[in-house]
Amino acid sequence: MKLADVARHLGASVLTGHGGLDGEARGAFAADLLSDVLNRGAPHVVLLTGLTNLQVVRTAEIMDLAGIVFVRNKQVSPEVVAMGAEKGLVMMATHRSLYETCGLLYVAGLPAVSPDADAGIT
Amino acid sequence: MVPPEQARLVLEFEVTGRDFAAAGNAATRIKRALEHVGFSARAVRRAAITAYEAEMNIVIHARRGTMSAYITPETVEIAAVDEGPGIPDIELAMREGFSTAPDYVREMGFGAGMGLPNMRKCADSLTVDSEVGKGTSVRAVIRNC
Repeated sequence: MKLADVARHLGASVLTGHGGLDGEARGAFAADLLSDVLNRGAPHVVLLTGLTNLQVVRTAEIMDLAGIVFVRNKQVSPEVVAMGAEKGLVMMATHRSLYETCGLLYVAGLPAVSPDADAGIT
Repeated sequence: MVPPEQARLVLEFEVTGRDFAAAGNAATRIKRALEHVGFSARAVRRAAITAYEAEMNIVIHARRGTMSAYITPETVEIAAVDEGPGIPDIELAMREGFSTAPDYVREMGFGAGMGLPNMRKCADSLTVDSEVGKGTSVRAVIRNC
């Protein structure tokens, strides 16, 4: 699913990475624990999270994530927006809950991705 | 382990305890270097995760430390050496779910006792040495395959 369609399905506002909205998310992973993202995340998936700190952006870069969706109408600090913009990362924000965000994207056809599918780590 | 003199490329970064704004900078630079020299996507990924977990541990637990990467065409060795409280029981620290991280670190999304186990999963070999009151040294080797 294109990241532009992720934003459209959620009615999310795009904060950074407008140039990357044509990029594909091959699945989604929802977590409020970055350790879980580092342990079970897969490349080129979109992260759905209520965390809005700088470490989310770092984690996205380390894990080659397709983008980040900040849920629950969380305020994202200018520092986080600046770091995301600098890295060219697609970041968007929605007023929807994490549960609702997952449900809408799943119904729209965005799958869960097994961390071991082709992440190369078993 | 890679004897440092055999490494083709050596990267070294200072890491400051509690500096969460800079945390992840070293791991990101190591990741970019490995991509640049043509490591496989799989090896880059495993090394990046290992380096990031190690760097976060220094920022969370230690006063200061050094992150180094010794890169050869076949392997990368990541060394995270810190001055900090040390680990009294390494076997316990390697157990998933065991953590001594304070609450504010957990609120950030870390400190779930998954760092060292995740490093062990990602690295081909992992060595942890520690002296209580002095510091901890973590060495991980990832093969480029």
